[in-house]
Amino acid sequence: MERGRLLSLAHLWAAFLCFLPATGLGLWQLLMRSPLPVPVDDPNAYYASLTAHGSIMAYVFPTLFIMGFGYAIAVSALGRPLRGENWAWAGFVLCVVGSLMALAPIAGGRSSILYTFYPPMVGNVWYYLGVAVVIIGSYFWVALMLINFAAWKRENPGKPVPLAMFAITTCALLWGWTALGATSEVVFQILPVSLGWRHTIDAGLARTLFSMTLHAIVYFWLIPAYVAFYTLMPQAAGGRLYSDTMGRIAFVLFLVFSIPVGMHHLFMDPEHGSGFKFVHSLLTFIVALPTLLTVFTITATLEIAGRARGGKGLLGWIRALPWNEPMVLSVALALLLLAPGGFGGLINMSYAMNAMIHNTSWVTAHFHLIFGGVVVIMYMAIGYELWPRLTGRPLITKRAACVQLWLWFWGMLIMTVPWHIAGLMGQPRRYAIFDYTDPGVAKMAWLDILSVVGGVILVCSAALFFYVLARSSLASAAESISPIRYALAVNPPARVHPLLNGFMFWNVLLLALVLITYGYPVGQFFFLHNQDAPEHSLTREMKR
Amino acid sequence: MAELLNNEGASGLIPEETVERTERRWLFAMATVLGLMLAVVVFTGVTQMMNPLSDVETINPATLHLQGEFVESNLGTAVETDGSITLRFLAEQYTFVPQCAVVPAGTLIRFRLTSPDVTHGFFVGTTNTNAMVVPGYVTNVMARFEHPGTYTMPCDEFCGFGHHAMAASVVVVPKEQFTKLRPEERTTTCGAR
Repeated sequence: MERGRLLSLAHLWAAFLCFLPATGLGLWQLLMRSPLPVPVDDPNAYYASLTAHGSIMAYVFPTLFIMGFGYAIAVSALGRPLRGENWAWAGFVLCVVGSLMALAPIAGGRSSILYTFYPPMVGNVWYYLGVAVVIIGSYFWVALMLINFAAWKRENPGKPVPLAMFAITTCALLWGWTALGATSEVVFQILPVSLGWRHTIDAGLARTLFSMTLHAIVYFWLIPAYVAFYTLMPQAAGGRLYSDTMGRIAFVLFLVFSIPVGMHHLFMDPEHGSGFKFVHSLLTFIVALPTLLTVFTITATLEIAGRARGGKGLLGWIRALPWNEPMVLSVALALLLLAPGGFGGLINMSYAMNAMIHNTSWVTAHFHLIFGGVVVIMYMAIGYELWPRLTGRPLITKRAACVQLWLWFWGMLIMTVPWHIAGLMGQPRRYAIFDYTDPGVAKMAWLDILSVVGGVILVCSAALFFYVLARSSLASAAESISPIRYALAVNPPARVHPLLNGFMFWNVLLLALVLITYGYPVGQFFFLHNQDAPEHSLTREMKR
Repeated sequence: MAELLNNEGASGLIPEETVERTERRWLFAMATVLGLMLAVVVFTGVTQMMNPLSDVETINPATLHLQGEFVESNLGTAVETDGSITLRFLAEQYTFVPQCAVVPAGTLIRFRLTSPDVTHGFFVGTTNTNAMVVPGYVTNVMARFEHPGTYTMPCDEFCGFGHHAMAASVVVVPKEQFTKLRPEERTTTCGAR
């Protein structure tokens, strides 16, 4: 058990250690884009910084966090030591080594290709190798989660797998499937070119393969947050989960529908016809469903807790909830951020409206609300929840934790609301600098300054988060710390339908959907002619 | 203590049938909302011609400047033999060629763009003319601008260190003014405006 705790703790420390400086990079990027004076006023450094910020926040930080959280769930929800712990450590080492391999060329400014790659632009080979090593490390985790899931089911025939374990295993499976897109792009298209074996690349195929990962990766980040919604929050609020079955349905829907929707990122691309774009748009509407179901179940769960604590009347239960509990507060804040974030998402997936905001600051605002807002605020709350259990030391102050969560919430809103507006006014994303002497751009100056204010609040919040965890780690060990208890449902299921207790059927369904929705779009590239583009090496451009 | 931790107070607070009924109702309500939104997308797509880019056309990025429709002399605004208007741009690091083009207001215009190097993108001012330009492929979009004016057309996909400096202008003039312009004035007079 002691070693098991260390395993999760190592993952979470590594995740948060790279998270903190990445928020600092984000703030500096905001300053670069604003009319305010900025230290190191260098556009080239902006693109390097954006590559680092994106690579850390999209790949390294969430992956390490989810792996650590997954191991903690496997140990605590299944009530037994982790099978294959040595393999888990090997996976951890691979992820850390891969991250360093990828970050070194970025820091040297030799791989400023942003975290979305987009060949034929090609950066330093170590960047891609590093990303591939991180993915391999994460696959160790995927395999271990499946092995531990299957072993528990074998030992407990007929019993429902605990919801937390069921959910985090959908997360592992989802990642296992969806990472195949970007992995094939890197291994079969980019690496041969960056190693000098080939000199041309089909940019259309690369974008299509990447789209297979680009959308579902968001659900890979999101599921752990939903795990906390369904299994940690009810307990912290002093109530019970409204429906265990609905939770399982939501997680299964995420698994099945988050991959065959990726081409809604390619609405504006010339390498696909509108038929498959429409199919992916249609399925994107379906993947909104599990989130809408979750909003209902979680709100009902909060109400149950409020009423169990003596709250009366139509809204009196809200006041009765323990708002000084970081887990309860964070869920409410996450739901509040999910509302505008999800609303923006509905616009992005509706083709005609997407044309208004494609590649503007609106998009950056949308995914910062969903990932930086909903997901990260829950990762923080999960961190607070796990820390005493992993370190054996109490959290120094829940009050500081709550202040930190409020700061993050307001910081994220103050940063992203102006971005949304600027996006509607036609501000492109991923610009290092703007010419504020242009009257059209000058109109957006106050929005960009407001975003900087949000960024400052976010960096303060991240530093406070780090301080609370570090300070708690140094506190004297507590006599006893209660183990993690996962929420029971109001009506705990004695048994669940086999379809909601395993993944075989859903894997087959997912495979079929992927073949239907990506079969032709990927296959067509092997029958087109002329489209291969010469590589465009970034390092060569720098020498020029 | 054990009871407290398991929150017995909340156990069975709501009968199972109620949970199931409310969840089912919510599911139908949400499915209806999403269905309506989808219907709006389909309806506007059909009636207002708002559809994603549809034709897949490839073009060799290494030779497009030597032959074919994207040679330099053929770029800019062209009035086709059937009277329709085509606007061709080459998107390359870190400029659009031509830098500026004049088009008539209230007229359907076909945008055709491609790239000889890396992936670019473009949108026109605050309109919803917005698309990616991927090397190896021709981007083909239709647009109509009702209001005369000068619209900035920035590159909207990261294309390298000079990305933020890459922009062109689309100048929309009244129809009668456009017909008076000589072909070369459709691009060269832009700077004077």
